[in-house]
Amino acid sequence: MDLTFSDEERAFRIEVQTFLKEKLPARLAAKTRAGQSLTKAEHEEWHAILNARGWLAGNWPKAHGGIDWNAVERHIFEEECALAYAPRIVPFGLMMLGPVLQKFGSEAQKAHWLPRILTGEDWWCQGYSEPGAGSDLASLKTRALRDGDHYIVNGQKTWTTLGQHANMIFCLVRTDPDAKKQEGISFLLIDMHSPGVEVRPIVLLDGSAEVNEVWFTDVRVPAENLVGKENEGWTYAKYLLTHERTNIAGTGFSNAGLEAVKRIAAQEQSGGQPLIRNPHFAARLAKVEIDLMAMATTNLRIISAAKGGHTPGVEASMLKVKGSVIRQEINDLARRAAGPYALPFANETLEGANEPRPGPDYAGPLAAQYFNNRKLSIYGGSNEIQRQIIAKSALEI
Amino acid sequence: MNFELTEERQMMQDSLRRFLRDRYTTEERNRIVASEAGYSPQIWADLADLGIIGALFTEEQGGFGGDGFDIACVFEELGRAGVVEPLLETGILAGGLLADLGHDQLLEAVVAGQTQLAFAHSEPTSRYDLSHVETTANTSGETITLSGRKAVVQNAEAADHFVISAREGGTIRDENGISLFLLSKDSPGLTLMGYPLMGGGRAAEIVMDQVKIPATARLSPPGEAYPIIERRHAMAIVAASAEALGAMETAVALTIAYLGQRTQFGRPIGTFQVLQHRVADLLIELEQVRSITILAAGHLNDQREIRERYVSAAKNLVGRVGRLVAEECIQMHGGIAMTEEYALAHFAKRIVLADHRLGDTDHHLERFIALTAS
Repeated sequence: MDLTFSDEERAFRIEVQTFLKEKLPARLAAKTRAGQSLTKAEHEEWHAILNARGWLAGNWPKAHGGIDWNAVERHIFEEECALAYAPRIVPFGLMMLGPVLQKFGSEAQKAHWLPRILTGEDWWCQGYSEPGAGSDLASLKTRALRDGDHYIVNGQKTWTTLGQHANMIFCLVRTDPDAKKQEGISFLLIDMHSPGVEVRPIVLLDGSAEVNEVWFTDVRVPAENLVGKENEGWTYAKYLLTHERTNIAGTGFSNAGLEAVKRIAAQEQSGGQPLIRNPHFAARLAKVEIDLMAMATTNLRIISAAKGGHTPGVEASMLKVKGSVIRQEINDLARRAAGPYALPFANETLEGANEPRPGPDYAGPLAAQYFNNRKLSIYGGSNEIQRQIIAKSALEI
Repeated sequence: MNFELTEERQMMQDSLRRFLRDRYTTEERNRIVASEAGYSPQIWADLADLGIIGALFTEEQGGFGGDGFDIACVFEELGRAGVVEPLLETGILAGGLLADLGHDQLLEAVVAGQTQLAFAHSEPTSRYDLSHVETTANTSGETITLSGRKAVVQNAEAADHFVISAREGGTIRDENGISLFLLSKDSPGLTLMGYPLMGGGRAAEIVMDQVKIPATARLSPPGEAYPIIERRHAMAIVAASAEALGAMETAVALTIAYLGQRTQFGRPIGTFQVLQHRVADLLIELEQVRSITILAAGHLNDQREIRERYVSAAKNLVGRVGRLVAEECIQMHGGIAMTEEYALAHFAKRIVLADHRLGDTDHHLERFIALTAS
């Protein structure tokens, strides 16, 4: 048992810190820290900076332009990025589609699509969920009908994150309506500019517009955009979901969030003293810090095993549940700390107009973040689904 | 012992519920919340015509209610429909203070729905501390000069007048030394910075730079307003608790309906036991909230120590259950509950954000402990 990082790992951490200090634009860090959403150009700017350093695709094999970091290196990179308030890497091309193409794509597909992900030529989004297929994803109905060299696609996807920026979408579509539900699904790459594709924004309860509905009406998709074999898309989808789960614990975000709460609670006054000295608030803060301490170590245990070649199974589900609950608890503490100044609605147009905020700058987005991050326990397999996975595995049913 | 509403209150509740069900639909509410004014003058006038504002005042004050149960009864319905119109500000807080202090000249217009008020009390660093007043009032002859800043004053822009607190003696957090004044919104030296609120409605920061008001604008005896403010605050907490109860009832009802409709894995998700048990827990907690609200409403006329202990108990429990209900209702719905368009979003926001007014869960827990120990 050795609880410390190796010399190489510590050196790598310093390398990442130095890079972030030198190359992360203060403007982007300030926006991320303030909880504001980034423009498409700002996301692309950060991707380009990482790509110039060769660090955009840490999870990809070297053959495809990645660096093949092991699980520990990836963890260190993600943690340092979160602590420095670097923008999150937009995951759809890099974390999701990339690994699927590398494993199941044709040589032509790899040669064409992978470099474009790195250069930012394509912005991908994910076409999985449908109005009737959420937790029960395999019940999806979007239909792709073979017509010569094309598929004709009809249907609707939803919760498409940042779909408004995307020019490409990878979709799960039903190619055999008569097969058992997991067996008739294919994995298709669709150009968002094709005739018949329509993107409609969904406004969320915090006023943000980060998710969309994507509608397909008789969209013609070249058959060469089918990944792998027809009707075997479910296998690829499951493979993708395991990649969606890297960094699932979000310890970097939680650590940064906890620091922010402490900073806010030191500035807020309650009963003539800083809020952080208030015993009830301090107790809430301490409990979540203890939970995070333990969870971060669980995460390291799993990462360490993954470095040794063990593929996480139920452990990923455990981290998803505990990680999301801790992040949500930290969001709760932050809005609580802001007191009455959590009430004003700080919408983005207000920020754009540069109008002074009613309360302290930090207070503006806290309630919105609290509400927005209720999604953490819903998306990527809800916490109910994760618990089901854990229980099934334990009970062997 | 009788926990039934009187016939009059039952009738009022029924007619208010009917009116709001017909007129305060999700579409109408979304339109009102998105509007520039942040409330509907038409709804306001209709509520006055229905006698809802009058129900918040006693007969001597020109109303026909004013008891804790009248207030709870009205606000539960307002909460059930997610109403954002400023009845708490104009009716309970500012209007109530005018009534308590015997300044009846504006009350007739308030009850008739012809004027709106705001209570300007909290300040940028007062948080939930009711005695924290830094705004000063200096009297010289027949003129009083107000200087300071009031924070997150709800309904300030729509109000014609403010009931405003200022300090005439003592140090910043003393209970002694606080006075109340009536301030016209168009007073020279007064600046208003308005903004929308996350849960609907609007508020403003009010900055007073040497604002001159006549001595006749004084509402309370010099330096003795604190007990009056505290009692009004207690009534506001009963109102806010009842409002949160109504909002929680709607949130849970929406959730139950959704669990019956939404099909995944070939069956309604309400057939999954894990969700059933969670709904059961919410229903149990709703009864807890109803009971604590009744307790607080029923002790509003008791002596201070008893009254405030029930009031803090209510606000603490409402805050705790409110968070649970809002989060569980969103979670059991899934993504749909995260959308602005779906009715639950508005209720979830109002329920959670109710904990950022009139003292939060922790503030009232501490206060309950202090009041129990004394």
